[in-house]
Amino acid sequence: MGCQNSHPSAIPELEEIMQETGFSQASVVRLYDRFQALDKQQKGYLSKYDLQGIGELAVNPLGDRIINAFFKEGEELTDFRSFIRVLAHFRPVEEEKSKETGRPEPMNSRLRKLQFAFQLYDQDSDGKISRDEMLQVLRLMVGIQVTEEQLACIAERTIQEADQDGDGAISFEEFATSVEKLNIEQRMSLRLLK
Amino acid sequence: MGSQIFRCVNFLNRLLLLLSLGCPFAATYFELSTLSSNSTQYKPDHHDAEDSAQDERLNVFTVDYNYVQIPYEVTLWILLASLAKIGKFIDSKDKSTVIIYSSILYNTGHRTSPSIQVLYNIFIAFTQMHRYEEIEPVDVLAGFARFFVVGLGGVLFGIVFGFVSAFMTRFTQNISAIEPLLVFMFSYLSYLSAETLYISGILAMTACAVTMKKYVEENVSQNSYTTIKYFMKMLSSVSETLIFVFMGVSTVGRNHEWNWAFVSFTLLFCLIWRVLSVFALFYISNKFRTYPFTIKDQLIIAYSGLRGASSFSLAFLLPMYLFPRKNMFITATLVVIYFTVFIQGITIGPLVKYLDVKKTNKKECINEEIHVRMMDHLKAGIEDICGHWSHYQLRDKFKKFDTKYLKKILIRENQPKSSIVSLYKKLEIKQAIEMAESGMISSAASTASLQAQLAPLLMHRLSPEEVESMRDMLAHSLYQVRQRTPSYNRHNLPTETSEKQAKEILIHRQNSLRQSVRKGNSLPWGKPASTKNVRFLSLPYGTHHPARRKARHDASTGDYSRDSDSMVSIMFSPRLRAGSLGANHRQQEMVPMEQLDRREKLSDFAGQRGTPSKQDHTARIRRPALMPKPQFDAVFEEEIQGYESEEEEEAVAASRPSVKWAAEKRNVRHFHKAPSSPFWRK
Repeated sequence: MGCQNSHPSAIPELEEIMQETGFSQASVVRLYDRFQALDKQQKGYLSKYDLQGIGELAVNPLGDRIINAFFKEGEELTDFRSFIRVLAHFRPVEEEKSKETGRPEPMNSRLRKLQFAFQLYDQDSDGKISRDEMLQVLRLMVGIQVTEEQLACIAERTIQEADQDGDGAISFEEFATSVEKLNIEQRMSLRLLK
Repeated sequence: MGSQIFRCVNFLNRLLLLLSLGCPFAATYFELSTLSSNSTQYKPDHHDAEDSAQDERLNVFTVDYNYVQIPYEVTLWILLASLAKIGKFIDSKDKSTVIIYSSILYNTGHRTSPSIQVLYNIFIAFTQMHRYEEIEPVDVLAGFARFFVVGLGGVLFGIVFGFVSAFMTRFTQNISAIEPLLVFMFSYLSYLSAETLYISGILAMTACAVTMKKYVEENVSQNSYTTIKYFMKMLSSVSETLIFVFMGVSTVGRNHEWNWAFVSFTLLFCLIWRVLSVFALFYISNKFRTYPFTIKDQLIIAYSGLRGASSFSLAFLLPMYLFPRKNMFITATLVVIYFTVFIQGITIGPLVKYLDVKKTNKKECINEEIHVRMMDHLKAGIEDICGHWSHYQLRDKFKKFDTKYLKKILIRENQPKSSIVSLYKKLEIKQAIEMAESGMISSAASTASLQAQLAPLLMHRLSPEEVESMRDMLAHSLYQVRQRTPSYNRHNLPTETSEKQAKEILIHRQNSLRQSVRKGNSLPWGKPASTKNVRFLSLPYGTHHPARRKARHDASTGDYSRDSDSMVSIMFSPRLRAGSLGANHRQQEMVPMEQLDRREKLSDFAGQRGTPSKQDHTARIRRPALMPKPQFDAVFEEEIQGYESEEEEEAVAASRPSVKWAAEKRNVRHFHKAPSSPFWRK
C-alpha cells in the first residue's frame, strides 16, 4: 500500500510540518503516502469512515476512541496536518543532548504523550476522569465474563487509588502521578516513526 | 468454461499417468548413470575404477531414485485417483464457504532448522570421502555450493508443488472429502521429490505449506480446514511424544559407551559456544536497535539454550559404517540433552526471578495495570493506522502480480450460495445463542441504576486480599493486545482465543453503537408478537477470520464496480416479545454477522438504494441479530428508516472487517417499508 512514492515537493507545508512534529523528511513522506492510501477517494481529507476501513482497528477495544482522537471536536474531516500532528505524539523520544529552556515542549515529550492518553479516557474534555468514564473504558477493555458489579468495584478502586484531592475523579496531575513509574516513553512510541 | 477446465484436467490426468508409468523406467536409466556416492548400501569391495574416481570429489548435485521409489509411486497413484475424481465432478459449480489454513509442518521440521539438516548431510558426505587428506579446497567450495543448491532447490520444489495443489483444490467443491488428502499428499510428495534429488525435503515441505496456506486455504471447505488443522496438531503431538519416548528408551538401554573426556568436553564446549554466540550476535544487533537488549537479557537468553529432539535424532541417524563409535556420540548427546533440559530448565526460573527482582517493583495498584493495558492497545491501534512500511518495492510488486494473475488461476471463483440452512450456520446460531445467554447484554440504563445502588457500598476501603483478587481477575479478563506476529502454540489452535476476543469486541461495538443511535431515535418498541418478519440473508462465502477477510478486501478495494466483491451490510435487530422478557432493558443481544457477497439475489434489493457513492466500495459492518432461545424462529425487524438515515452519518457503524454473522431464518418474508429494502446497502 505504501508503494506510491510521493515526491517531497508534493507535500504541502513540508517544512512547517517537519519543524512542528520533529519528523524526518523521509517519515513525513511515508506518512503522506499512507494518508493518501487511506484516503480512497482522493478528497485530500480523511473521514472517520476511511479510518474505520482499517481492519485491525475494528478488533481493537479502543478503536473507536483512537479514531475520534484524530478528529477535533465536532469535525468530520481531518487533513494531513492534523493527522500527522496526532502521530507526532508517538515519535520515539531521543536523548536530549542539551536542554534548551526557550523551546516549546516537543510533541513527543512525556507530558504530551500523557496528555494524549488522558484524552482517551476523558471523552467530555472536562479535565477529569469521572467514575463513569473510567467504567466505560473498563467495559471496553475487559471480557464479558466480568460482571457489572465487579467492574464497578474495579473502577471505584482505581479512582480511590489515584484520587488525592478526594473529588471522586482523576485529574491530569493525579493521572500523571499514578503512572510515573511506567516507562511511558517506550510504551507510547513507535519505532517506525523515527 | 467448465468444459475447458474439464479438458484441461483430463489432459493433466493423462500426463500424470504417463509420468508415473515412466518413473520406473527412468529409475533404471538413472541407476546406470547415477553419480551418487551416497547410495543406500555401502560396498567397500565393489568399487569400480569409475566409482572410486567419483568418490573422491564431493558431488554438488545427485539423483537417486531408488531412495524414494516406493513411497513416491504410491503417492503418485493416490493423487492420480484424486484427479480422476475431480475430473468427474468438474462441471457442477457449487460453492463452498470459507477458508482455512493448512499448516503442514512436520514436528521435527519446526524444531530443526533446515540449515542444520543440510549441514548435517554435507558433513556426512564429507566423511564418506575416505581420507581426511583428500579433502581439497574445491571440495569445500563444492560444499558451499551444495548448501545453496539444496536450500534454494528445496524452496523451489515446495513452491511448485504448492501451486499444483492449489490448482487442484480449485475444483474440489463437490468432493471436499479429498481435500485433506490432497493437502497431505502433496506436501509429502514435495518432501519425497526433493529427497530424490538430495535436496532439502524439509525446506520443500515448508515452502509448499506456505504456498498452500495462501491459496489452498481459500479453496478448501470448512470441514476440510478443520480436519487438516486438527490432524496436523495430532500428528505433531504424536511425533514429538514419540521422539522423547525413544530418547528415554535409549537412555536405559545397554548401548552406551561412556567416555569421560568426550562427554564432559562436549558439554563444556556447548555451553561456551552458546554464551559466546549469544553475546557476539547481540553485540552486533544491538547497534541497530533503538532499545537494546541488556546484559541481563542476554544472559538469560544464553542460559536458556535447550537441546532436545533434533540433536538426538541427528545423532541417532549417524551411519554406523562411517562412525564406528556411534554409541559414544549418542551417549554424549544424551548427556547434553539431559543437562540442558533438566538442570538448566529447572533452574532458569529462580535465576530469572533473582535477576529481575531488583529491576522491577511489583505493581501495587490496579491503576497501573489498567493504564498499561490501555496504552498497549493505543499503541497497537496507532501502529495499525500508520500501516506497514514496505521498504521493498519487490514485495509490493509481488503482491500486485499475485492479485492479478495467481489468484485468478489458483483460487476458486466464488459464487454465492443461496441455500437457506447449512450446518455451518446452525452452529453459528447456536454459538450466538449461548453467548447471548451468558450475558452479553449490557445497557447504559442498567449500569446507571447499578451504580446508584452500589455507591454506598463502595465507599469503604478494600482490604489487600480483595485488591489481590481484583488484580487477578483483571489480569485474566483484560483483552490481549493484538500481536503482530502470531505466536504458535503446539497444543492449541492459535487463532481461537484471539477470534473469540475479536468477536466479543465487535459485538460490543455494535451494541454500543446501537445504544447511541437509539438514543437519538424514537424507535417503536414492543411491536406485537404477531408480526414475524424475518430477514433472509443469503450467504457468506466469507471466512470467519476477520484478518483474513481484510486481506481479501484489500485485494478487492481496487475495484469499485458493483460486480466486485463488495459486501452488503445487513442490519438486523431483534426484538423481544414485550411480555415474556419484561423490561426494555434486555434487548441488545447481538450476534456477529458475516459479510455478504453482494451479487446474489440481493442485487435486486440493492438496486434501489439511493445511497451515496461513498458506500460504493466496501462492506459495512453488520449488525448483529439475535434471538432468545424460545423464539428461535421469530426475528423481528425493526423499523429502522429513521435508523438508517442516522446511520449514514453514523459512519462509525461501518467498518470493513467482517463480523461473523449467524442469523438464520425459517420464514422468508422480506420486510419492505418502501419499494426498496431498507436493509440493504451497497
